[in-house]
Amino acid sequence: MSMKYARVIHQGATHTAGERDGQLLLDNGALVSPDAVTWLPPLQPTPRPRTILALGLNYADHAKELEFKAPEEPLVFIKGEATLTGHRQFTRRPPDVKFMHYECELTVVVGKTARRVKREDAYDFVGGYTVANDYAIRDYLENWYRPNLRVKNRDTCTPLGPWFVDAKDVPNPMALALQTTVNGKLTQSGNTRDMIFDVPFLIEYFSSFMTLQPGDLILTGTPDGVVDCQPGDVIVTTIEGVGELINTIQ
Amino acid sequence: MSFLPHGTVYGTLLNSQGEWDALRAQMDQPPYKAPPKAPVLYVKPANTWSAHGASIPVPAHVPQVEVGATIAMVMGIGHGTVAGYVLLNDLSVPHASFFRPPVRFKCLDGFLGIGAALVPPAEAGDPAHFKLEVRINGELKQTFDFADLIRPAEQLLADVNEFMTLQPGDVLMLGCGPNRPLAAAGDRIDISAPGFGTLTNTLMAEAV
Repeated sequence: MSMKYARVIHQGATHTAGERDGQLLLDNGALVSPDAVTWLPPLQPTPRPRTILALGLNYADHAKELEFKAPEEPLVFIKGEATLTGHRQFTRRPPDVKFMHYECELTVVVGKTARRVKREDAYDFVGGYTVANDYAIRDYLENWYRPNLRVKNRDTCTPLGPWFVDAKDVPNPMALALQTTVNGKLTQSGNTRDMIFDVPFLIEYFSSFMTLQPGDLILTGTPDGVVDCQPGDVIVTTIEGVGELINTIQ
Repeated sequence: MSFLPHGTVYGTLLNSQGEWDALRAQMDQPPYKAPPKAPVLYVKPANTWSAHGASIPVPAHVPQVEVGATIAMVMGIGHGTVAGYVLLNDLSVPHASFFRPPVRFKCLDGFLGIGAALVPPAEAGDPAHFKLEVRINGELKQTFDFADLIRPAEQLLADVNEFMTLQPGDVLMLGCGPNRPLAAAGDRIDISAPGFGTLTNTLMAEAV
């Protein structure tokens, strides 16, 4: 049986919800329209703040686009939870910036405590997957702990969702088509097979020095094809078999 | 019950004049090419948190760690409200470059000692008057006077909130002084400040 869920607010209460015939089936049994809810990131609460790891330059073509050599080890930064927002929400573009772009990213949700995991065992530690849109505002880039948090950790700048999809429903996460449209026009197209450091590598790498806990996230980077987004633009980041995440620039 | 954070813990680099001066000659050179404009931040995730009194494991391939002694503000309920201040022992694997985010140097399990007490603002007083001392195996190795901060606490908070809203329970370190002491497995680290008591952690060789 396939399993995927969302987290939504309906009539003031937070629910876990599944999908049935294009409608949302809430955990209280109600069947409601996807338009009748506020979508949250599809994550269950964790006892301690979740760790959100995000990769930069993890696709060979994107690294080339940004005029960097492909990294010899993962380029990783950490986000705070306050940067997350849900499906169909709004992300603010500051006035007077010149280049704000989306990044469509396969996101791993850790399923169980992972410490010194070998890559051949790594998938045992994946709970599931979702889609992230890891916006960046390049005007604020500085060469200190780059990409710096002013670029990457802004409020509402990391939409996540709509669904958590159970790992067993994603048989090969390293061969998923990934695309972004801006106002319906295709601007980014890639495949997770082109990652420089794949999901098993990343789980082995991180767990070699830090313990990952259930609910921790790994945003795995984005391929070529990022473009500037203006207020009013509707950005749809899609990963095959995982979800179609809609966001509007404000 | 010891204090443990409920939110994200942010560290702050280069916020003391001493630390800034030590790096100033490199700031205009590659890869940096310019001094930082915004606060330079990083995250210490929950796997790094160690309570006061806890032993902190140091991997065999890390002969010494840097002790980043500081005091952090803990955010309260209501935008910009400070619930209190806490001593921190922000450990790092020594690294010469600050170009890329320091996850593999700063996010090892246990690498953030956290003071037992959250000291309310009324008791802590003006952060510009904070002073701390670092002792390793009882020997005084560093003193740091928070009057040396480039962005005083209130300014730092305002400049961070300009681009990301700190949430209730989030923690923001004020910054570290220059010449961070080094310590190795077996060493006891005591960080103390008037009004805050002492934060003690002992480094131990990590079990293989």
